[in-house]
Amino acid sequence: MAVPGSEALDLSRAMVLAAAGPADWLVIAPVAIPIVFGALLLIFRHETKIQAGAAIAGLILALIANVFLLSRVLDQGPVVMTMGRWLPPFGISFTADVLGASFALTATLVALVCAVYSTSDIGTIGRRYGFYPFLMLMMAGVSGSFLTGDIFNLYVWFEVFLISSFGLLVLGSEHRQLDGATKYAILNLIGTTFFLTATALLYGAFGTLNMADIARKADHVREAAPLMTLAVFFLLAFGMKAAAFPVNFWLPASYHTPRIVTAALFGGVLTKVGVYALLRVLVMLFPPERTILSGVIAWVAAATMVLGVLGALAQTDVRRVLGFVVISGVGIMLAGLALGTDEGLAGTILYAFHSMIVMAALYLLAGTMNGLGGSYSLRTLSGLYAAHPLIAALALLLMLAAAGLPPASGLWPKVMLVRASLDAGQGWLALAVLATGFLTTLALGRVFILTIWRQREAAGPVENASPMLGYVTMGAFALAVLFMGLYPQPVIDIAERAAGGILDSAPYIGAVFPEGVRP
Amino acid sequence: MEAVLALTVAIFFAVAIYLMLSKHIIRILLGVTIFGNAVNLTIFTSGRVVREVPPIIPEGMDVPASLTANPLPQALILTAIVISFSFFAFLLVLAFRTYQELGTDDTDGMRVAEPKGEELPPLGY
Repeated sequence: MAVPGSEALDLSRAMVLAAAGPADWLVIAPVAIPIVFGALLLIFRHETKIQAGAAIAGLILALIANVFLLSRVLDQGPVVMTMGRWLPPFGISFTADVLGASFALTATLVALVCAVYSTSDIGTIGRRYGFYPFLMLMMAGVSGSFLTGDIFNLYVWFEVFLISSFGLLVLGSEHRQLDGATKYAILNLIGTTFFLTATALLYGAFGTLNMADIARKADHVREAAPLMTLAVFFLLAFGMKAAAFPVNFWLPASYHTPRIVTAALFGGVLTKVGVYALLRVLVMLFPPERTILSGVIAWVAAATMVLGVLGALAQTDVRRVLGFVVISGVGIMLAGLALGTDEGLAGTILYAFHSMIVMAALYLLAGTMNGLGGSYSLRTLSGLYAAHPLIAALALLLMLAAAGLPPASGLWPKVMLVRASLDAGQGWLALAVLATGFLTTLALGRVFILTIWRQREAAGPVENASPMLGYVTMGAFALAVLFMGLYPQPVIDIAERAAGGILDSAPYIGAVFPEGVRP
Repeated sequence: MEAVLALTVAIFFAVAIYLMLSKHIIRILLGVTIFGNAVNLTIFTSGRVVREVPPIIPEGMDVPASLTANPLPQALILTAIVISFSFFAFLLVLAFRTYQELGTDDTDGMRVAEPKGEELPPLGY
């Protein structure tokens, strides 16, 4: 490239000149692997026999990449890879810190187990219409959201997983699916457009979209720019995505309509992306604004958790009960965001790990119960204990986990959140968390009693589906739940380090801008 | 220039929100499109509006000689347009299918997934 006069230019001031080391490629591997597999599966979508196996293989690869990424981030702090060789803030930086990497790992794990279950739930028609490509592209979008360090790029990843989720949601084209998908699609699109509005205003105020750059410039810009407005916009947009009251009505309208494995994926993974974005933006980028908003967030959190679980109490369809339990879990996570302390945020993050696994497992449980009992309705589904004692054991453990009772995983994040609320002098928030736990026990306990203990009255027609895959996948989730319940310290450590990483953003900024934390 | 654009953006937002408050899916969709365009104009306005100064660095210099037009908002808007256009296309098909299957585009009438008067769960057995 002998351009006249180019010798005088010092390119190292503007561009990354060294090639990225092999270890740095780990940052994009959790995104790149699902995209490659998604594209290949899209090409071979008529080869319905290889679809499931290839998708599972792809997710295993992505899971391995995620494990290595998380262990590297835990060892060496945030890992950065900047695209297109332009130095940040011009090139888009993928920045993996403990928060992003651990969320991506948990989400990929949930997707892998759901993909295994889907081999029985998704038939030839579903495969032909592209269930597995949509699944892979959705996971690419979700992992991209967790790992990107650029706020406009975050918007793009939101749209990637959103459009894939539309595809998954309407797969089958039943009337109720079309009804649910219309509401889900329109309200979520409005939510992400709010996100884009906030991003536009943020760009106007900061002149940059790189999160690390925003974090280090915020103190200088705060005097002149309406950062409070921005924070409120982001709270609304991500609150909508996370299904926080009062902008959560798309969730109960749609999550019970698709195939059960799709519902498991959505209930497990998608709302947590909203929670992640709230943590990233409000805690890391706008901490003073979050402090001012903490009263509002606390009320939103309490309303979301209590109204969510009250909704669960009023439902007859098991899937709709679970939809409302997802919502009340989001409220519990927002409680930690409202507190904003070390322990509160660690509780939120730990609850997010727990909730991804347990909610997906509960939806798979509902699917397996439907396979055995032939119904999702609490009025007709009954007598499972007599015929299938193993499902009763799994159901008991998973419901204890969701309610936050020992020996399962839901206990510890709630302990942390309650203690953090009491330490912050917010006794009523602690009370709301505890009351929600009690009401969740009631709602899920009733599901357990009616479907499992109640005698089957009339021997109705029962589908002769083999519950083996359900047992295997729920068993895998149950092991994770038991591990997090009985030996929580390693996971609590990760959650605490993730919380520390967003409360003190210096290492994050230092990883993106090695030359200095101050602009 | 910014004032005129800001006013346009405000009108777009107002129209979009008015349309999105409607009960009919087709009006909501029109509102969503206008909403998307309002946001695109917001991005355009936020990226400082400068006329007729292309962002080209003269020979022999490392940085532009003066304030130039900002090329980044156009890249952002282009991305946003592509995304919102594809979403709009999908939503139109979805809304049309829903209208065909359910026979209504009134959101009050769309109660297939959440039927009215659904029975409460049993209180005991």
